[in-house]
Amino acid sequence: MITSILKEYSPTALNQVTTWFKAAKTSKFPKNGGACVKYKNKQIAVFNFTREGKWYACQNLCPHKMEMVLSRGMIGEDMGTPKVACPLHKNTFSLETGENLNGTLDAIATYPVKIEDGFVYIGFSE
Amino acid sequence: MKTVIVVGNGMVGYKFCEKFVAKETNKDFKLIVFGDEPRPAYDRVHLSEFFENKDAKALEMAPAEWYIKNNIELYTNERIADINRQEKTITTAKNRDFTYDYLVLATGSAAFVPPIKGVEKEGVFVYRTIEDLEGMLAYAAKLKSTKSNAKAAVLGGGLLGLEAGKAVMDMGLEPHIVEFAPKLMPRQLDSRSSQVLQLKLESIGLHIHLGKATNQILGDKVITGMEFGEDDVLDVDMLIISAGIRPRDELGKACGLEIGVRGGIVVNNKMQTSDENIYAIGEIALYNQMIYGLVAPGYEMATVAVDQIIGNTNNIMSKSIDMSTKLKLIGVDVASFGDPFMPATKGHSVIFENKTQHLYKRINVSLDGKKLLGGILVGDATDYSMLHQIYLNGMPIPSDPSQLILPAGDGTASFGSAMDLPDTAVVCSCEAVTKGQVCCSVKDDGNETVKDVAKATKATTGCGGCKPMVTDLVNETLKSLGKVVKERICEHFDYSRQELYDIVKMKNIKDYDELLDTHGKGNGCEVCKPLAASLFASIFNETANKQDTIQDSNDRYLANIQRNGTYSVVPRVAGGEISPKQMIAMGRIAQKYDLYTKITGGQRIDMFGAKLHELPLIWEELIAEGFETGQAYGKSLRTVKSCVGSTWCRYGMDESVSFAIEIENRYKGIRSPHKFKGGVSGCIRECAEARGKDFGFIAVEGGWNIYICGNGGATPKHAVLLAEKVDKKTAITYVDRFLMYYIQTAQPLMRTAAWLDKLEGGIDYVKDVVINDCLGIVDQLDKDMQHLVDTYKCEWKEAVETPEIRAKYTHFVNSTEEDENIEFVALRDQKMPAPWV
Repeated sequence: MITSILKEYSPTALNQVTTWFKAAKTSKFPKNGGACVKYKNKQIAVFNFTREGKWYACQNLCPHKMEMVLSRGMIGEDMGTPKVACPLHKNTFSLETGENLNGTLDAIATYPVKIEDGFVYIGFSE
Repeated sequence: MKTVIVVGNGMVGYKFCEKFVAKETNKDFKLIVFGDEPRPAYDRVHLSEFFENKDAKALEMAPAEWYIKNNIELYTNERIADINRQEKTITTAKNRDFTYDYLVLATGSAAFVPPIKGVEKEGVFVYRTIEDLEGMLAYAAKLKSTKSNAKAAVLGGGLLGLEAGKAVMDMGLEPHIVEFAPKLMPRQLDSRSSQVLQLKLESIGLHIHLGKATNQILGDKVITGMEFGEDDVLDVDMLIISAGIRPRDELGKACGLEIGVRGGIVVNNKMQTSDENIYAIGEIALYNQMIYGLVAPGYEMATVAVDQIIGNTNNIMSKSIDMSTKLKLIGVDVASFGDPFMPATKGHSVIFENKTQHLYKRINVSLDGKKLLGGILVGDATDYSMLHQIYLNGMPIPSDPSQLILPAGDGTASFGSAMDLPDTAVVCSCEAVTKGQVCCSVKDDGNETVKDVAKATKATTGCGGCKPMVTDLVNETLKSLGKVVKERICEHFDYSRQELYDIVKMKNIKDYDELLDTHGKGNGCEVCKPLAASLFASIFNETANKQDTIQDSNDRYLANIQRNGTYSVVPRVAGGEISPKQMIAMGRIAQKYDLYTKITGGQRIDMFGAKLHELPLIWEELIAEGFETGQAYGKSLRTVKSCVGSTWCRYGMDESVSFAIEIENRYKGIRSPHKFKGGVSGCIRECAEARGKDFGFIAVEGGWNIYICGNGGATPKHAVLLAEKVDKKTAITYVDRFLMYYIQTAQPLMRTAAWLDKLEGGIDYVKDVVINDCLGIVDQLDKDMQHLVDTYKCEWKEAVETPEIRAKYTHFVNSTEEDENIEFVALRDQKMPAPWV
């Protein structure tokens, strides 16, 4: 059951977006940290990277052990690339491309984010 | 393929193997090694350390796997019974035959047991192998349980005898040294230096009896005393014989090799015996009519034998052998080099003696005043390395030679620097490493620490006496290359943890972004963020709630994340003392939230399987029942483990539980470079395993012994003694200072044992800092620690009472639903996460 969840998530580029999902108020997301958004049967980790003045979204599922935990990970930067570190085993993933920066795990799916009227929107292509 | 058989797996036998596998031509040879002890070769020079840490593994020269990796067949516990020189075979005590092309005898020596009446009595030991030591320990423990003031004597006041004397002190028995000669260490020291040493040893509690010939050992079956003359008797409960060594040359004798008049197998300068296919090295080899009981000549013999066997026949043994030695006996420096006892016809002696400080220095200078011929140092041997080098290299000496040993006006080193030595100077005599090799290892091979240089050159890995000099050489060479060695936290901060600690403290910076803006670059990462969080906590006692997104994720949610993303909850149970009422409360709460419960290794209760949104609910109930956070998630004090102590235990010397509770409550909440744990035992039976902790107290007659820097985990380490028999208040003060000093100076994620390992000067330096205040910082350390103790807050109480903090305990930010992916399966009467695939 668990591995099949992985199929739920596919990387989405800005020009593929067909739906902007209104997730929650920006104030619900901690500065320089993340929180998890539920969209249909998906779990999306959203990060408020205040220091960069940017927002990122990716699957909440860590592809290493298939646990829904990435939103609780710490964010940071690796030679200019914004990243999130999984709280379970500190595997790090690029928040831009989703690639695993310190290992050979599969990339995670990332999603576009936009902010309008104090709300966070996540872009999906379905 | 030719077969080389090595008989004997001691230090020299091991060195032979090590040198052998390092040769490229070794593929043409098969190496088989026999040892009659149950374990592979260990460091006999540091045998007395076994009494401090009881760790045979730490003394190992190389683990059994090393032999496998290098294709060496090692047979331990198998003595060789016979050599057949005609057939070129050996037969083992297990009656197995092996054929050799070359045979290397390295059977070493056995303790010499003088033919005194009664030496077979129970309680008489020799001091030679780890098994001897284990036997002694067991016997001493038995003695102490039946007698409060048991005495043990050591027969022999030489180098090994005094080492054994230290062992007796460490075992907690009253130590006596009995020597036949009229002075201690008769082979190394002159009379005056021997007296200085005696004064010093007596001042630390050793009883010394000189000029005593032992007639017989008294007692029925068990030793009760030693008789010297008719009315001259010493009552003792145990005797350790350390009266010299005797080469174990029986094998050579039996197969007809040439043997010296007083034992030892005669060898030439190729280390060959009278049979050209049989070599002898180490303490059984009689070279120049002498047996050499030191490590360095033994190692040189091993090297020569290896070269001879593989065909580098040019390498022969030096004509004269340097018997210089430096050691620390019972904490007293003793060294002698060159010719320590020079007759007045050959030169002049310059002597400095100060009995009030237990100091003695003597140097012997040639008649023309130009050369150093030898000398003796007792009490302070810091000049040894330099003096030894001047002697070995025939370096010029000042016109007033007293400058070599008298302290200079400012109290610093008196003469010369290691860099003045010629490149050919041998700085590490055990491994024959020259100054040039050490410096090249830094300059050309890019090794920048003493550790790396030691790995590459093997310098300092023998007796370790050359470590200060090698350290100087490495540092000076680095300096000459214009290099500053620097620890750097990560790409965002160009500082070491200690530097950042000072910056945060001095500039009073309390915010991570401010720290990054003013002293770092970029946007931070998972290395520097928790490190900064740890500094804010250690300096300002800020809880993990304030800047929660720079915390490690366990700290961010004040709980330990588990396999399926649920958390565990651990309330503090100080000292492991818990009332029935508290247990019922905990049980009720665990049952209500369907948590898996288990007793932890730190004597408290862990409750697993809490979902994120349940954490504040569970804690609200726990706090209402009087519990507080156990900080099991933090790099902070975990627990102080205790045994039940004198309140209940019939052996207890003091109240270990009360002390453990007091100390756990004192240090709770303090965050540090890594987690730290404590233990308190009520007596030396040590049921709390305090010596496996970062700090430990053990109750003894007359106070508490303090141990620091131990841990279990991946690299177990026994804690080492910081102070003995101190009262509780002093014990707390010392540990306060030690912890604060560790917190301020350790690298990130470095536990106390690793910190001590890296600390220049080791435990002696820690003592100097926290007890003798050599840095003048103890007032500040005391103040810093008191500040942390005074400002403790339960961060879970803070979290449940503050709505903004509580708000983060929800799986979804836009829904109150739970994470549907969390799955549990049954486990005995409880549950566990569904296993990972």
